Amino acid sequence: MKITTEAGERHVLAVTVDNEAGILAKITGLFSARGYNIESLTVADISADHALSRITIVTSGPPAVIDQIIAQLDRLVPVHSVTDLADGGAHVEREIALVKVAGSGDKRIEALRMADVFRAKVVDTTLSSFIFEITGTSDKVDRFIALMRECGLVEVGRTGVVAIARGAEAV
Amino acid sequence: MTEMSGADMVVQALVDLGVDTVFGYPGGAVLPIYDALFKHPTIKHILVRHEQAATHAAEGYARSTGKPGVVLVTSGPGATNAVTGITDALLDSIPMVVLTGQVPTTLIGTDAFQECDTVGITRHCTKHNYLVMDPDRLGPILHEAFYIATHGRPGPVVIDIPKNVQVATGTYSIPNRIDHKSYRPQVDPDAEAIAAAIAMIAAAERPIFYTGGGVINAGPDASAALRQLVALTGAPVTSTLMGLGAFPADDDQWLGMLGMHGTYEANMAMNRADLIIAVGARFDDRVTGRLDAFSPDSKKIHIDIDRSSINKIVPVDLAVVGDAGRALDALIAAWADKGHKARDLGEWWRRIDGWRATRCLDFPEKKEDGAEIMPQRAVKALFDATRGMDPIITTEVGQHQMWAAQHFHFDSPNRWLTSGGLGTMGYGFPAAVGAQIAHPDRLVICIAGEASLQMNIQEMGTVSQYRLPVKIFILNNQWMGMVRQWQELTYESRYSNSYSDSLPDFVKLADAYGWTGLRIDTLGELADGIQTMLGTPGPVIVDCRVAQLANCFPMIPSGAAHTDMILQPNDIVGTMDDEAKALV
Repeated sequence: MKITTEAGERHVLAVTVDNEAGILAKITGLFSARGYNIESLTVADISADHALSRITIVTSGPPAVIDQIIAQLDRLVPVHSVTDLADGGAHVEREIALVKVAGSGDKRIEALRMADVFRAKVVDTTLSSFIFEITGTSDKVDRFIALMRECGLVEVGRTGVVAIARGAEAV
Repeated sequence: MTEMSGADMVVQALVDLGVDTVFGYPGGAVLPIYDALFKHPTIKHILVRHEQAATHAAEGYARSTGKPGVVLVTSGPGATNAVTGITDALLDSIPMVVLTGQVPTTLIGTDAFQECDTVGITRHCTKHNYLVMDPDRLGPILHEAFYIATHGRPGPVVIDIPKNVQVATGTYSIPNRIDHKSYRPQVDPDAEAIAAAIAMIAAAERPIFYTGGGVINAGPDASAALRQLVALTGAPVTSTLMGLGAFPADDDQWLGMLGMHGTYEANMAMNRADLIIAVGARFDDRVTGRLDAFSPDSKKIHIDIDRSSINKIVPVDLAVVGDAGRALDALIAAWADKGHKARDLGEWWRRIDGWRATRCLDFPEKKEDGAEIMPQRAVKALFDATRGMDPIITTEVGQHQMWAAQHFHFDSPNRWLTSGGLGTMGYGFPAAVGAQIAHPDRLVICIAGEASLQMNIQEMGTVSQYRLPVKIFILNNQWMGMVRQWQELTYESRYSNSYSDSLPDFVKLADAYGWTGLRIDTLGELADGIQTMLGTPGPVIVDCRVAQLANCFPMIPSGAAHTDMILQPNDIVGTMDDEAKALV
């Protein structure tokens, strides 16, 4: 007997929650308990009174599973709202990566040249290394990191995706 | 606004919330609350013998009264022992509030004596949980916890209270009104959805109501509304295990329970229907059988208070989010509003009568006095003997539970207490304790299997202590019968570890606890034995020896469709493939 899984599509969910201990565990636990994917997850306090956090989750699944994820998140007591950003039309997504490259000679020059092409900023340098800061979609960050692998990449830190819908409305 | 200790606040909040009974077990980290209880005689504390039993007793109390069950246990093992009952309450949507003691805040995270991460452990088996770090928060949190446990889809809520928070003083406050900032379940159904539903019901040629525990949870009025709507439409009704009692079993429109051990007529009617009206039921795998063959030609309306239950397993044509009772009331009003009359469903009923003619619940038996008792016969005899006594029936989990569901019939809600979702062996006896505490003058019978009963048999001491007249009726076949049945059907009768070896002498055990014990061995002794049980004051344990190898039919085998029911043992052919074996 083979165990098969259904292919899915990528969705970005914006979840507003009470900024209280244990909420993140509750949400990630829901995903692991029900077998949903988390491709990326970011969380930060977003309100002036520190009462609310926004969690951005990139997940994937068939439409029925995505619908179930939203319903399951929505019924958690500390969850205020769940928005599927793909549903509301256009949205923007950004991710930041810090990319450390070490080396000398041509590779060092090539790394700097490509960073310029990608509009990555140099945020730290030594005689033998750079740290680049790159902001963009996950795709763009992926491509930059792939190129840096050829130029002495030693370390990467990524934030994961944050996203927000275009236009004047809030979620 | 009064200054008092955290422990006093807990007890004051319970008093203010109208709690009359707490099921619990003391320990180091809850001693301050126990001391506060000592001074508060209005709250009755029931001392169980194991914390799991406290949670099931609270479920029995809740399910038989409609009020939330309350549990008080200590930290560490007290809390972990409660986890099974908490999960059971989550799966069966039982309102429950569990107060757990915790080590002092200064020791949290140090692996202190009897410390465990209670909020971590219970995070995914509660509807919500709290760790209270400040005594001033106790009042608002307790009130909010009861609100959450009882509103929307009911469920268990855990409040973990460190010992120093119980001892420290603070200000007790009651929120004026619980207006939760994020938890606002929809109870009133949308009018458009109701209008669409009533149009579908009026147009259906082969409708069927499929009802569940949500109707019971919505209160007795919801059961009354269900009866009214069913009468108006003339449609047949079936129910899940959890929904039994919402619709009277002696009504002509009742088809019996559906699902794996449901009736042939209920499952066939679900399969052939052109409209399913699901009310407070969640299309559990025990109900649907093989999904791609589940009711292929029907439109489906799903009424549920929990949006996440809708389209979770079976995609439906119309979702109605709301309380089952309010939705049923709205449907009745809309039916009258539109001036609908019941359609002629004669052709549909003729087909149903054809399925009924298989008499799927009949079973082979010998009739002479010395014959062994068929377990189905024992349940039927118990039902016949208690007619008019309005008994509350609890069950453990297994074959006896299914036989009870098939052969014991209910006319009213809140009389049938069983573990449906989690299927917890050991549930039935403590649930009977909880129900008996709530209804001291009612007849409460736990229909048990000899294996399940042993999982919480220590509660015989609790029953003795509080002089509860609980009756335990054991269908003793000396097997974990349902396990053995599956091994017979799926594993060519390799009975791996399913024999109930080294059973105690239940009659002597009864004697040891100060109960009355009696044993029934043959069919000729059955009726008298039951009469003796009913006529004996105080707790009674009946060891009713039944046919050892009887199996529970009808049955939809694992991975099969509603139309592939096994009606009798000789319907079984061949062995199961791996796909079927892999299903639960």
